[in-house]
Amino acid sequence: MLVRGLTRLLTGIPAVLCACCCLMSPASAQSDLADRMKDPGQWPMAARDYANTRYSELDQINASNASRLQLAWTFSVGVDRGQEAAPLVVDGTMYVVSPYAGPYPNRVFALDATTGELKWSYAPKPEPAAAGVACCDVVNRGLAFDNGKVFLNTLDDHTVALDARTGKELWHTKLGEINKGETITMAPVVVKGKVLVGNSGGELGVRGWVTALDENTGAIAWRAYATGPDKDVLIGDDFKPFYDNLKGQDLGVKTWPADRWQVGGGTMWGWISYDAELNLIYYGTANPSPWNANQRSGDNLWSTTIFARDPDTGRAKWAYQINPHDLFDHDEINENVLVDLEINGQTRKVLIHPGRNGYMYVMDRATGEVISADAYEFVNSYKGVDLKTGKIIPNEEKTPLVGKTVENICPAAPGAKDWQPTAWSPRTKLLYVPHQHLCMNFKASQVGYIAGTPYVGADVDMYAGPGGHRGEFMAWDPVARKKVWEIHEKLPVWSGALVTAGDVAFYGTMDRMFKAVDAKDGHVLWQFRAGSGFIGQPISYRGSDGQQYIAILSGVGGWPGVVANAEVDQRVRNAALGFTGATQDLPFYTAGGSELLVFKLGANGEDSSHAPAK
Amino acid sequence: MRPRNSRTAIIAGVVLALATTAAAASDGQLRVCADPNNLPFSNSAEAGFENKLAAMVAAHFGEQVSYTWWAQRRGFIRNTLKADKCDVVMGVPAGYDLAETTRPYYRSTYVFVTRQDRQLDLSSLLDPRLHSLRIGVHLIGDDGNNPPPAQALGEQGIVDNLRGYSIYGDYREANPPARLIEAVENGEIDVAAAWGPLGGYFAQRSPAPLTVTPIRDTERFAPQQFQFAIAMGVRKGDHALRDRLNAFIDEHRSEINALLRSYGVPLVELPVTASGGQQ
Repeated sequence: MLVRGLTRLLTGIPAVLCACCCLMSPASAQSDLADRMKDPGQWPMAARDYANTRYSELDQINASNASRLQLAWTFSVGVDRGQEAAPLVVDGTMYVVSPYAGPYPNRVFALDATTGELKWSYAPKPEPAAAGVACCDVVNRGLAFDNGKVFLNTLDDHTVALDARTGKELWHTKLGEINKGETITMAPVVVKGKVLVGNSGGELGVRGWVTALDENTGAIAWRAYATGPDKDVLIGDDFKPFYDNLKGQDLGVKTWPADRWQVGGGTMWGWISYDAELNLIYYGTANPSPWNANQRSGDNLWSTTIFARDPDTGRAKWAYQINPHDLFDHDEINENVLVDLEINGQTRKVLIHPGRNGYMYVMDRATGEVISADAYEFVNSYKGVDLKTGKIIPNEEKTPLVGKTVENICPAAPGAKDWQPTAWSPRTKLLYVPHQHLCMNFKASQVGYIAGTPYVGADVDMYAGPGGHRGEFMAWDPVARKKVWEIHEKLPVWSGALVTAGDVAFYGTMDRMFKAVDAKDGHVLWQFRAGSGFIGQPISYRGSDGQQYIAILSGVGGWPGVVANAEVDQRVRNAALGFTGATQDLPFYTAGGSELLVFKLGANGEDSSHAPAK
Repeated sequence: MRPRNSRTAIIAGVVLALATTAAAASDGQLRVCADPNNLPFSNSAEAGFENKLAAMVAAHFGEQVSYTWWAQRRGFIRNTLKADKCDVVMGVPAGYDLAETTRPYYRSTYVFVTRQDRQLDLSSLLDPRLHSLRIGVHLIGDDGNNPPPAQALGEQGIVDNLRGYSIYGDYREANPPARLIEAVENGEIDVAAAWGPLGGYFAQRSPAPLTVTPIRDTERFAPQQFQFAIAMGVRKGDHALRDRLNAFIDEHRSEINALLRSYGVPLVELPVTASGGQQ
C-alpha cells in the first residue's frame, strides 16, 4: 500500500523537476528499471535501454580478442519454432521466453546468467480455444522487467506479471480476443510503472492499439487506438503534429471511406522507446487493413504512423504518417532509436527510424519534423520523401493492384527491414542495421482459399535485389546520411543487432552463423555455426565471475512465413526440376531450433578454431 | 503479401517418403483435416457436406474417417496437410498451389443473396442499383486479398455503401462466416455477395425466405473470377491417394451432386467467363 501511495504521489510531480536528468535517468523513483540500464552488467529490457540503442558498455570483448569467443553454456526452450525473443539479465538472473507452441506455449525460464542453472520456469495456461485459431505468428519478442517483476505477453492476449524470484504469477490481464484474430507478439516495455503493450493481427481486421497497465495491479490505465475518432486515438488540444496534413479533427475517421476505420489495422507489434526528459514514448503503427486498397481510399490514418505520446496519460503529442494509403504492407512498427546528433552545427534531439519502406528517417523527436529521409536500400516503389511536406512520393508505375501485373518492385513486401532491431554505438556514432534485400514481381493469378472462400489473389514472386544477395548487415552514418560499410548475406538478415563498447557488433544469419564484426569497418572477427538459423536478438551482460557474456537464441522456425518463402536460390531456380519462380531454399541451410547460446572469451591463445577462414 | 509457396524436389521427395510411411501407419483410416466450425462445409458434429463426402469416400475405400480439426484460415494447410496430421482436405480450389489437387467434384459461383420480399431481382455486377443498396461482402484481408465481389465493387467506385463481414469472425460463435447471410435476413444489409455454397445453404435454412442468384456480368473484372471449381487436396507428391480419390469422384458424380444439392450448393456446369474459365 505504501508503495502504491508513493507511486501516485510521484507521478503527480510535474515533469519540470526531471528536466535536468539525462535520457537514461529514472523517470520517477519508484522504478528501478532506469537504474539497471545504467549498470552495464545487466540487460534489463529487450532493447537494453529506453533509447533502444542495444549498446552494451562492456568492453572486455574487443576487436583483438573476439576470435577467442567460445560457447559457455546452452539451454533449450523446448519449442522448435521461430526464436525472436531477447533474453533479459537482471541481478545475475537471465529470463527467456519460448514461442507459443508445444505443450507449454510461451513458457518463461529463469536461469543463472553465469552458470546456466535453471532456477524456475512458468507456463501460462492458454485458452483451449486458441489452438488452431492462432495461425500465423507464434513468435514472442521478449519479456520486460521492473521492480522485482517479470512481465510476459502471451500470444492469446494476456499480459502476466511474475515474481522475478520465484516465478509465481502475481496478476494477469486479458487485453484482446484471440477468437477475433487478435494476438500479442511484442515485448512489453515498462515506463513509469506502466506496462505498455500493443496488439497484432491487423491483417485479420483487428483495430490496432497500445495499452498501458499498472505494473502492480494489471489494471488498464489507458488505451490508445490507431484509428477512429480523436477521443479513441487520445488526441486532444495538446496534439501538435509538425505537418499540416495531420492537423484536423477526427482524421482517424475522415481519412477512410464510411466506417472502414473500425477494422482498420494499425496494430503495434514492434518497439517502444522513451525519452524521460521530454516525457514522451515513441512507437510506429502497422499497415492499414483488411480492405483491399481500392476499398480504403484516403490516407488511412493513423496507420503506418510514428506517435509521440505522454506515457502518463497516453495522449498523443505529435504524429507523423510514413506511408499514407499504404499499398505494400509496409508496417512501420520498426524501432525508433533516440540519440542526440550534431546536425549543421546544432545538437538535435532526434529519433532514427529505419523504415520498412527503405528510407532512414531522422526526425526531431520533440516536434515530429523530418530532418532527413534517405534510401538505405535499393528503392523504386517510391521516388523519395518531400522534406517540405513530409510526404513520401509514390511511384505510380510500381503500384501493386490485384488484376495488374507489376514487375520488379523494390523493396518487396517484407520491406527493406522488418521488426529486426538495429543497434546504435555512441562511440562510432553509427547505426548497425540488419535487413533484407529483396524485390518482387506481383501477378494476379494465385488462387487462395480461406474458410471456404475462394478468390484470386496476387502471386508474389520475391527474389534477391540488385547484386544477387538477399540480406545485408550494414553500418549507417545518420549525420553524413550514408552507408559506411556493408556485409552481404545470402539470406535476409532477420536477427537483431548488438554493439558493444569493445567496438564489436553482433548479428546472426538464417544459415546458422552467429557473427562478431568490427564495428568500425565491418571486418568479420569471429563466427559460430549453430544448430539452427538466427532470427533472435543478441544481448551482452556481465556474469558473477566478472566475465562479459554474449547470448542469443537460435531457431529459425516459422518456415512458411514471409522470410522462409522470400528466398530464391539460383541453383534451385535453374535446376531442371520443374519448379519455377520463388523457391524455398532455406531448408538447404537449416531446420528449426530452440537453443539459447551463451558465449564468453576463452583463455588467451586457446581455441582459435572458430575464427573465420581468411 | 502472400508468398508463393513452391517447393524443391528434395522437400517433395521427403514429403513423399513421409506420406508413404503415414499411409502404412494409418491403415484403415482416411485421415481428414477439417474446420470444426464452418458449416456448410464441415463442423465437429460432422454435419457439413465435406464431412458427408469424407464418409462416402471412406466407405468406398473400406476405411474409417479420422479427423484433425483446425480452423480453416491462413496456416491451415501448413499445420495440417504439410504437418502430416492428415492426408486429405475435402475442399480446395482446383489447381490450388499449396496442395496436390484431385479432379474437381463441383463448380460453384459467387451469388447475390437478398430477401425474397424485397423483390430486388439482382444478378448483374453492373446493376446501377449497386451504387445505393447496402451490400455486404466477406473480408479476408490477408495480404490485402479479398473475395472477388469486394475487389470488383471497389473497381466501380462502390465503396461507401459496402459493409464488410470478417470471414474469420468471432470463432466462439457458430459458423462465423454465416453472419453475412444473417445480415440479409435481419435487414442489416439489402444484399450479400457471398460464395455460393455458403449463401445457398444458409438461405435454405433462413426463417425469412431468401433469393440466391449467381452473379453475372463479371467479364470486365478479369482476371478476377466469380466461379471456381473445387477439388480435394492431398499432399504434394501423394499421387497414389490423389488417383484413388479421382477414381472415387469419377464413379460417384451423381451421388456427389445429390449431396451438394441437398445442402443448397448452387452448381454451375461450365465456365461462363471467356477469360477466366479455362479450368
